[in-house]
Amino acid sequence: MRGREGWINGALAAALLIVPLALHLAGEVYYVNLASRVVIVALAAVGLNLALGYGGMVSFGHAAFFGIGGYVAGISAHHAILGTSFLGLSTTTEMPLIWLISVLLAGVVALAIGAISLRTKGVYFIMITLAFAQMLYYFAISFPAYGGEDGLPIYVRNTFPGLNTFDPITFYGICVVALFACLFLTARIMGSRFGAALDMAHLSETRLATAGIAPFNIRLTAFVISAMMTALAGALFADLNGFVSPSMMSWHRSGEIMVIVILGGVGRLWGPVAGAIAFVLLETFLGGLTERWGLFLGLILLGTVLFARGGIMGLIAGKARHD
Amino acid sequence: MTEVLRITGLAKSFGALKATDDVSLTLNAGEIHALIGPNGAGKSTLIGQIAGWIVPDAGTITLEGADITGLSVAARAKAGLGRTFQVSTLAMDRTARQNVRIAAQARAGSSFRFWGQVAQDQGLRDAVDQVLGDVQMLDQADTPIAELSHGARRRVEVACALALEPKLLLLDEPMAGLGQDGTQEMTALLARLKSRIPILLVEHDMDAVFALAGRISVLVNGAVIASGPPDVIRTDPAVRTAYLGED
Ligand SMILES: Nc1ncnc2c1ncn2[C@@H]1O[C@H](COP(=O)(O)OP(=O)(O)OP(=O)(O)O)[C@@H](O)[C@H]1O
Ligand SMILES: [Mg+2]
Repeated sequence: MRGREGWINGALAAALLIVPLALHLAGEVYYVNLASRVVIVALAAVGLNLALGYGGMVSFGHAAFFGIGGYVAGISAHHAILGTSFLGLSTTTEMPLIWLISVLLAGVVALAIGAISLRTKGVYFIMITLAFAQMLYYFAISFPAYGGEDGLPIYVRNTFPGLNTFDPITFYGICVVALFACLFLTARIMGSRFGAALDMAHLSETRLATAGIAPFNIRLTAFVISAMMTALAGALFADLNGFVSPSMMSWHRSGEIMVIVILGGVGRLWGPVAGAIAFVLLETFLGGLTERWGLFLGLILLGTVLFARGGIMGLIAGKARHD
Repeated sequence: MTEVLRITGLAKSFGALKATDDVSLTLNAGEIHALIGPNGAGKSTLIGQIAGWIVPDAGTITLEGADITGLSVAARAKAGLGRTFQVSTLAMDRTARQNVRIAAQARAGSSFRFWGQVAQDQGLRDAVDQVLGDVQMLDQADTPIAELSHGARRRVEVACALALEPKLLLLDEPMAGLGQDGTQEMTALLARLKSRIPILLVEHDMDAVFALAGRISVLVNGAVIASGPPDVIRTDPAVRTAYLGED
């Protein structure tokens, strides 16, 4: 990572490390939790960015994976508290295990959804991913055992060996490590042979196939990895809120993750982080001033799409480099 | 002479239009076999069927004796079909090197490798440099395609095909829009390549065709109306009325 974008990425990373720590030292628990929220939605968007930004797959259904992560965390904690079992399996409140299950489950679901959706293109792909997410949304609503429409409270915070996850700054630390790990993974993937193939699947599918690489397999794999990262974010989000509900899977949520990617700059490694910071701050502060903050968000988004295709990263760092 | 490609009884209709009408032809090692014919004769449609983009209604295609008619585009490329397109398919925002590297990496094994960084892969770099050198594009290797001249883009397309180390090349109008210098460069390049890799060449530029081809097949309305060495084709009355006369 070189040039201006490298500096901006560095500044974003530094801000993510320093600002919440300062807020913690100032005793601003609310804002530490807000920072966790920023980092978690950034992580969800980092996941989507792999599919949408790098792979050109405009998924309007990533909330499904976000929700899967959330429900795994919620249902697991729910049974563990009650001392009951899930389909005869005892459940856990250990975060690493919950994450693993979230990520694997989302991966399997994404494999099925992707295998069908990726046979279509353009607006059909958008619609079919939306349709699948809506199916999962209504599935969650129709499950009274897990709160149905009202959602499922998580009465404990899931645990991490050796850490006090109730402590807001500790929980923030966990989230930010997860985010950095996924950013590193994305950078690594995009620099790899697989990343080069995904890039070409996006830019010139014909050229990729002519080289002897089947674009479908490349896309499907990227879609699955993308879903897995978003599911990890979902599991953390459930723990942050102490609550999961079908709204985690709603199309609003899919749209929100997409907005963050576009706002930050599609296909830019740190774009989702910039987008998430902008989005959550707008939501919190503009939303505090006016109920119609969505209108302003809409205007900003319109401006981005019309005048600043590269999003925030494009505005500050210029055109993306590819080397 | 060893036969590399054989097409037997290939047919393809678009509705009532017979775009490929019972076409049979062969390509031998060491030769350039040119495919000429007026606009809309079905040349690109034929290339598309050989490469796997278009599914023929009937007929078979064999590569070194193996039937490839049922294979996907990617599988055929892996099996040794290298091709260029009449309309460029290069990724405009990427450099010549990056476009060629995709082909080189496909040749070098699986693309399901997530960790090692291609930028640091010396083997890939050498393979890319080699074919970019073949087409005399080394000096512009790191220029984005969008900034290259039309002729340079054509050469990069050929380099992409070469990076596959193909058993044959299918070239669809590689000289189109090149101008005189470009056409001469491309002609010289294909002449250098043909002993290494046989070429099925679709081309409208008759000077190039007659300079390069060992055999010429003439396609009109989807059917081969004549096939043979250049001298024979040049004087064939049917060809003259159907095609050469018009030019
Ligand atoms: N997908 C398609 N659907 C319907 N008709 C098609 C299709 N593709 C090609 N054709 C028609 O088939 C005929 C052959 O087209 P093709 O592109 O193969 O010609 P060509 O010989 O390559 O011509 P040119 O020299 O202009 O490149 C044309 O009449 C064309 O309109
Ligand atoms: Mg054509």
